[in-house]
Amino acid sequence: MTAAGAGGPLLSCRGLSRRFGGLLALDGLSFDLPAGRILGLIGPNGSGKTTFFNVLTDIYPASEGEVLFAGAAVTGLPPQAVYRAGITRTFQRSRLCLPLSIFDNIMIGNHARLDHGLWFNLVRRRALGRQFRESWGAARELVQIFDPPLADRMLEPVGGIPMIDRRRIEICRALVSRPRLLLLDEPSAGMTQDETRRLMDDILEVRRRFGDLTIILIEHEMSVIERVTDRCIVLNYGRKLCEGTYAEVAGDAQVRQAYLGLT
Amino acid sequence: MTVEIPAGRRPLVATLAVLASAPVAWLFLRAESELAVGAILAAVVAAAAVAGRFGLLGSLARAAVESERATSLALAGVVVILVAVFHDDHFVLLLLAKVLLAAVACLGLHVQFGQAGVVNFAGAAFFGVGGYAAAVLAAHPGIPHLFVLLAGGMAAALVGSVLLLPLLRTRGHYAALITIAFGLLFRTFIEVNDALGGPQGLRVEGLRLLGWRFNDNHSLGDAEFSFYVGYALAALALLAVAFAVVRRLETSWVGLALDAVRLDETAAGCFGIAVPRWKIAAFTLGNFLTGVAGALSAMMTGFIAPNNFTFRESLVFVSIVLLGGLGNVWGLTLATFIVVVLPEKLQVIQEYRYLLFAALVIAVLIYRPGGLVPRALRRSFGAAPRGLGEGGAA
Repeated sequence: MTAAGAGGPLLSCRGLSRRFGGLLALDGLSFDLPAGRILGLIGPNGSGKTTFFNVLTDIYPASEGEVLFAGAAVTGLPPQAVYRAGITRTFQRSRLCLPLSIFDNIMIGNHARLDHGLWFNLVRRRALGRQFRESWGAARELVQIFDPPLADRMLEPVGGIPMIDRRRIEICRALVSRPRLLLLDEPSAGMTQDETRRLMDDILEVRRRFGDLTIILIEHEMSVIERVTDRCIVLNYGRKLCEGTYAEVAGDAQVRQAYLGLT
Repeated sequence: MTVEIPAGRRPLVATLAVLASAPVAWLFLRAESELAVGAILAAVVAAAAVAGRFGLLGSLARAAVESERATSLALAGVVVILVAVFHDDHFVLLLLAKVLLAAVACLGLHVQFGQAGVVNFAGAAFFGVGGYAAAVLAAHPGIPHLFVLLAGGMAAALVGSVLLLPLLRTRGHYAALITIAFGLLFRTFIEVNDALGGPQGLRVEGLRLLGWRFNDNHSLGDAEFSFYVGYALAALALLAVAFAVVRRLETSWVGLALDAVRLDETAAGCFGIAVPRWKIAAFTLGNFLTGVAGALSAMMTGFIAPNNFTFRESLVFVSIVLLGGLGNVWGLTLATFIVVVLPEKLQVIQEYRYLLFAALVIAVLIYRPGGLVPRALRRSFGAAPRGLGEGGAA
């Protein structure tokens, strides 16, 4: 599955803006992202990184500008349509359904591939059972990449498992529908360095297995950005400050000033 | 401390436990004096407390839930036994049928409230819509009564669709207020509407199915059968169908989508779940169930008036759902029995029953927020897929 539009970028943002009253949380963001890359999105708190994800997944409508995904506009569509186009995400603060089991949480992400017809669900229980077993296998396989012991606890409620595992399950939920673009919003928040490193290993492993999965990663931990991203975009006050490889942006004077207050 | 029941024995144990409740229910239903009723209640509560102390209650509950088919069949069996035993007692049979129909109506609320998270404080109004639809349609002799029952449900679902737009645009307290307002409007509308009998109400034809007139008393040899036997059995059949549909829905992908909508609308939307669509589906299906129950109830009592469908009655439905345990159909069935039967048996509390229910609901919300039988961990597809644990990875 390569990007439609023959060699064009998978994702293309043109002048994307989002206004909250008098505040421009996102100010004319434009960039292209080819398929198969990992893009790092960095910037100080409040610089519009998460807003960008929310606009991209149409939780907030864009005030101006548009997003082309695989050549088709996804701005102004309901979030479901964005998901169906192949964009999934995780949330900065974990948004799993805590009373539900690990398996059920992952299945929420699998919505597009499950049959939700009333007749199918109420009457054709045998076929439902078959679909259930297939999904069970797929979910287990996915969880095993991240944490094999967790794959044996698939029927435990998510509320009872530690934070790092919850993050992994959130990523599994985003991956189970085989998206083309994965948005990771600070996956390492609240983790130790060691946990962060393991999570990034897992993400690289997932990309290796899933072929040309494209990832946009919001992250404050610069070692992570340095290690996994192909390119970086630095945001400040909703504007793109600069774009380039990690080494390039890290050396940029404006970035140093925005981040570290150095002149 | 728990008592471990081997997995293979669970259906048998559950069946026996449910069947064992039949004599207790029999004693309770035939007790005349308030002293006797009080004594039986105290004994049941004490037994439950002791069983709970030794972990027996938990094990039994687990056995019952895990062997769902056996438990529900046994429960239906208990009702049939009770109907047979009380075959000539109008009062007890009417009470039983009322419990069963209230349980159907509350199953409707459960789909809305417990699954999709759409509040509905107008349960009695939708019950009433079903009833009035039955009253109007059954007056025409040409319309088959099975269709009248379904039409009661469809009418409730249709009237409910008026509320969809405001309900989808609001949340929480505001959505609740909309349904409350609708309940009040419904009653006023019926009261001033002469075509529907106004405040005096309407007479409703008795149920006729396949040539069987439910309103006739029958006798078999020496035994006299109350005409309520037929209604109680019809109500049981309706509850069985409704229960099966709701349980199947819960354990399917639809149930998962509804749970996702209730727990986190934003995240659900990001994973392709069309939140409005599922809210509409749950609200409509819930109203349909409530409406069918209302239609059968109206045909059973033979008379309906606006006073039967007040806001207070809606609150009774909601309190049943909260008391039983939001999101647990087993608790709901138990709570319906308690809430409907208790005031009838204890005439002392009849006058104060709303006060008592209110106090009971407050107590439950404070001390046992999950209800009598709290929501169980959601299980896709009925029982836990045992054996999938090891071999599941393809």
